[in-house]
Amino acid sequence: MSSTLAYDGTAMLGRQLLRVRNNPALAILTQTMPITMLLFFGYVFGSALAMPGAEYRSFLVPGLLVATAANGIMTGMFQAAQDVHRGVTDRLRTMPMSRAAVPLGQAAADLVVTTAGTVPFLLVGLAVGWRVEGSAAAAIAAVGLLLLFRFACTWVGIFLGLLSRSEEAAGQLGSATFMLPLLSNAYIPTDNLPGWLRTVAEWNPISAVTTALRDLFGNAPVPDGAAWPVAHPVAGSLAWCAVLLAVFAPLAVRRYAHGEQ
Amino acid sequence: MTTTYAVLSEGLEKRFGEVRALRGLDLAVPQGTVCGILGPNGAGKTTAVRLLTTLLRPDAGSARVAGHDLVREAAAVRRAIGVTGQYASVDGDLTGRQNLRLFGRLHRVRGPAERADDLLARFGLTEAADRPAATYSGGMRRRLDLAASLIRRPDVLFLDEPTTGLDPASRGDIWDAVRELKQDGTTILLTTQYLEEADQLADDIALVDRGRVAHTGSPSQLKALIGTYVEVVVADADVLVQAAGVLDQLTGGEPSFDHARNSVGSVTRDTTLTLPRLVRELDAAGVPLLDASLKPPTLDDVFLRLTAEESTGEEVAA
Ligand SMILES: Nc1ncnc2c1ncn2[C@@H]1O[C@H](COP(=O)(O)OP(=O)(O)O)[C@@H](O)[C@H]1O
Ligand SMILES: [Mg+2]
Repeated sequence: MSSTLAYDGTAMLGRQLLRVRNNPALAILTQTMPITMLLFFGYVFGSALAMPGAEYRSFLVPGLLVATAANGIMTGMFQAAQDVHRGVTDRLRTMPMSRAAVPLGQAAADLVVTTAGTVPFLLVGLAVGWRVEGSAAAAIAAVGLLLLFRFACTWVGIFLGLLSRSEEAAGQLGSATFMLPLLSNAYIPTDNLPGWLRTVAEWNPISAVTTALRDLFGNAPVPDGAAWPVAHPVAGSLAWCAVLLAVFAPLAVRRYAHGEQ
Repeated sequence: MTTTYAVLSEGLEKRFGEVRALRGLDLAVPQGTVCGILGPNGAGKTTAVRLLTTLLRPDAGSARVAGHDLVREAAAVRRAIGVTGQYASVDGDLTGRQNLRLFGRLHRVRGPAERADDLLARFGLTEAADRPAATYSGGMRRRLDLAASLIRRPDVLFLDEPTTGLDPASRGDIWDAVRELKQDGTTILLTTQYLEEADQLADDIALVDRGRVAHTGSPSQLKALIGTYVEVVVADADVLVQAAGVLDQLTGGEPSFDHARNSVGSVTRDTTLTLPRLVRELDAAGVPLLDASLKPPTLDDVFLRLTAEESTGEEVAA
């Protein structure tokens, strides 16, 4: 059974990577978005903030990494919805293959593409003044945490995509997820937000993961008096990822296996 | 020898909210035959195929496909079937070749690359093999879809409206493929809205109307149910009644007159009646004949008649 999952999952992973290879423009566009945002936010907004520009850009790099990882919801949703509404899911469901392999292959392929896309972003980050100011081990942990978060977000997206009524509906709902990082500390510190808004933002999983990355890369200290997931960012991030995966991965596999029966 | 059924369903029911898509579907498809599920839009054809290919679970009833219980042995059913749904189901972002190789791997085909090449050649897709499937024409996509269903030779092949929306040439390609597969011993269950298609391909036809099989039989049995339409045109209105008398003797059917054309017609179930005999008898009776014809019923006639009777609750006089 598990060898079936590994074999079929690898085949599905290969399929997703072939799609990227056949149509690299889309992947490249997706990966250049955060770079554009880094330059735009970093120099335009950066000049209007109290924080010095270089310091803001160092603050922004981990935030944009995590905000981009949260786009896994959108990507996962869109790909799953495409497969459902273009009949691919049905064809796979009539085949004698592992039920979990399809979503797992999709999530794994997404991770490969994300990892590749992170490299140019970090290079641009280095060019605008961002640095790893902590230990190498901590930096590696930060990247691991980032990928784990992306993986969890992709599963949320896959589940929502499998539920979607149409490709367009999935596209619209997916685009709406760009709001999620706006309600977090990815782009701005949350210290000065009004009380209730600050609470909401700090319970946003993006905030915990962003804080963890800033801490592990040594870019910014953990803020004082924050809600638990932000005050204990690594544990908070791991907890968030565990919860998202524990809830959405089984839901997605179940939904995939049973369809609308 | 007892008949082995590749598909055997009893009382399959499926509802979607208020809609009763299937209301007790009984099917028996002997191994190695082509069964045509014929019915208008909304009859429940797609729902039937989706149930029989494990995509939907029946609300009631049971079925065996390739000898395996549809619900309890779904995995075994999936190993034995090939499915081409009503809508294309290949990955448009992959090329034809990449699609077939992927499905070959997932089916554990030995040598998926060679198998893919064979199928591409067989369905005339070799030239387009390395283009994304999204760029294919409707006919090419259908052929690729069919090739994908055959990647591991299935025992039972399901085709849901395989030629709907295709041009005549592409339709002919699909028909040829179905005939070849039947020759290789594959059992095929195909749905269609085209009576001609069922007539051309099917050994047995199940007429489906509102979620139920309204009638089954071979194309010729169904035609015999309706009978042959006999029509004669005479030179002179005065002899119309005389001609009707001869027709009555030959066919035993109720004559119907078309005075404008000086013609009279009648339906016969006598399959031995031939045009020469008809002409001889009328001539012998001294009827000045201008034209005579025997029109075998089309399945359209069969379908209209049987479903009309079903809805008015009348029984079919066999
Ligand atoms: N997923 C669904 N949800 C709601 N109604 C459905 C669904 N699938 C089919 N139906 C309804 O069930 C009936 C049979 O549909 P279908 O099996 O697609 O017919 P056919 O393939 O013969 O055109 C129709 O009335 C259709 O509207
Ligand atoms: Mg249909």
